[in-house]
Amino acid sequence: MSMLTEEIRIKIREHFSRYPSKQAVTLPALHLVQEHFGFVSDNAMKEIAELLELSPSQIFDTMSFYGFFRDEKHPLGKKRVWVCRSLSCSLRGAEDVLLEACERLQIAPGETTADGSMTLEYAECLGACDGAPCMLIDDELKELISADDVVAAGVRSHG
Amino acid sequence: MVDEYKPVLLRRVGRPNSQSMDTYLQDGGYQGLRKALAMKPAEVVDVVVASELRGRGGAGFHCGVKWKFLPKDVTGPVYLCVNGDESEPGTFNNRVIVEQDPHQILEGVAIACYATGATTAYFYLRYEYGECYRTLQTAIAEMYAGNYLGKNILGSGFNLDIHLHRGAGAYICGEETGLIESLEGKRAWPRIKPPFPATEGVFRRPTIVNNIETLACVTQILDRGVEWFKSIGVPRNPAHPNDGGSYGPKLYCVSGHVNKPGLFELPLGITARQLIENHAGGVWKGRQAKAVVPGGISMGFLSSAELDTPLDFVGPGLAGCLGLGTAALIVIDDQTCLVDVLYNACRFFAHESCGQCTPCREGTSWSTKILKRIREGKGKLEDLDTLEGIASSMGTIPGTTICGLADGAAWPIKNALKKFRPEFEDYIKSGRCTKMRELTGVHEREPRTMDQQTVQLNYQTIQQH
Ligand SMILES: Cc1cc2nc3c(=O)[nH]c(=O)nc-3n(C[C@H](O)[C@H](O)[C@H](O)COP(=O)(O)O)c2cc1C
Ligand code: SF4
Ligand code: FES
Repeated sequence: MSMLTEEIRIKIREHFSRYPSKQAVTLPALHLVQEHFGFVSDNAMKEIAELLELSPSQIFDTMSFYGFFRDEKHPLGKKRVWVCRSLSCSLRGAEDVLLEACERLQIAPGETTADGSMTLEYAECLGACDGAPCMLIDDELKELISADDVVAAGVRSHG
Repeated sequence: MVDEYKPVLLRRVGRPNSQSMDTYLQDGGYQGLRKALAMKPAEVVDVVVASELRGRGGAGFHCGVKWKFLPKDVTGPVYLCVNGDESEPGTFNNRVIVEQDPHQILEGVAIACYATGATTAYFYLRYEYGECYRTLQTAIAEMYAGNYLGKNILGSGFNLDIHLHRGAGAYICGEETGLIESLEGKRAWPRIKPPFPATEGVFRRPTIVNNIETLACVTQILDRGVEWFKSIGVPRNPAHPNDGGSYGPKLYCVSGHVNKPGLFELPLGITARQLIENHAGGVWKGRQAKAVVPGGISMGFLSSAELDTPLDFVGPGLAGCLGLGTAALIVIDDQTCLVDVLYNACRFFAHESCGQCTPCREGTSWSTKILKRIREGKGKLEDLDTLEGIASSMGTIPGTTICGLADGAAWPIKNALKKFRPEFEDYIKSGRCTKMRELTGVHEREPRTMDQQTVQLNYQTIQQH
């Protein structure tokens, strides 16, 4: 049974004309798959490899380098929340925010809440140091955050 | 003088609909591109050479000189890669300018491609910049619709496509050959140089990699001219034979312990003290600055005695820092423990080292472990010598690593131990330990400088001039 839907396959193929090599479509393809499923399974990797005329190990090699992608044993929750822990944010209390949020959600950074509403992670500098402390919800930035904001990010996804 | 400077790169920030092509054209946009298209490509390169524009991405290499490194009479494709991976802690200027004024950057991309003969540009954008991604998607579509991209641009015969390419959360993708490897679909392992990208870059073709702010400067240089650009900043100092000059405006980021963190466009050469006191509202809570990161954490630290250092391409180096870097200041107040700060810096580099070179992979992780142990109250005085040994042996400067990440990891250690050694010794001798938390912080919220209201005010005052 194929893992990738026809829609995803079409979207991946749309990238081919942009690059002189199919391998360059590796990151776009991994993004499309992870956005859809919340992880990249072994079978999805094999199917991406077929589409890009590569070996599955080449896809795995690239994917495993970027901590961004999740394999099937570590799927993402509905929302992915990143709290910045780099210097400017730390100087303004980011590590306290992360610690408090972890305590309230009963998870450690990198883990997903039991109800699957949120995966909470730490991030290195998000490029919003003037709004420290800050976080990213999927790819949307929130500045001047408190632990309440972090906890609320997961709750909202029920709506 | 410096305080009367009127922003150019940021002049449209806060203008209603500043992102749209319509308002950009109303404000005189795409004149630089029109002027360029009326010249020969080589003449455009000469303009940029004459401006002595230096790259804003961190290395400060002369932009026009780099363009000239492309092989002559090349047959087959040449590529331009826009470096939008901005991840150096403290740095956010690329994000603000792309979110607020994408066409200014895209115009610079088109000019750079015309000058270098590239007909395809890849805009490598870090994944975290979702708002930038969507803004650029719209702006690029507007360009195709208006014939600023595609075939026979504005009737000039020049063809160009720009493709957005999203990263996946790795600092090393900002190193230009790491970016190239990542774009090719591989792990972002920087390449051994030479060959430099201009000779053999992405897809084994001649490639130019430029930073976003550099490209904004290209737009303005073509529009306003070389004389305008060179009237700003600090001319080359004949006393320093290696000084390549520091011309033009610079986007300075200020964050950390100041009253008004924000982004400020000023002539190159403003001092750290002027920036903090006159623009960022001073150090918060009436405190003093103990240390200031001059250009992103890779550059090391200025001590409180060095705040009059001019932030141009020469100043930070004379004060023992690695360089100007991204011109991103992080202000650290006198109530903050430098052991904690250095731990935070080392942890960043240990997290981001790509792992290819042993001195960098091991050096970044061991320096983090040693500092962690010191913070747990188990440090020994010899640890400081070990740290210094690690710092002096990793990097491209001692010649032990492939890329500059390791120099950036070494510099905060070197500067901290040189300029603040007694604090480290006291910490170890007293057996003090920082509580479980990393950097215990302060939660009060301070007003931000770049909030929409002030931005709009800024914009109005600029317009009135
Ligand atoms: C570890 C490391 C990270 C870097 N990150 C960036 C970055 O995020 N953005 C950037 O423009 N340049 C970055 N650079 C510098 C690039 O390698 C390159 O010099 C720059 O993109 C060239 O553009 P410019 O000449 O226009 O500045 C980094 C360099 C190193 C060693
Ligand atoms: S210096 Fe560090 S980051 Fe750069 S290539 Fe070597 S291991 Fe990778
Ligand atoms: S340090 Fe947190 S956004 Fe830069």
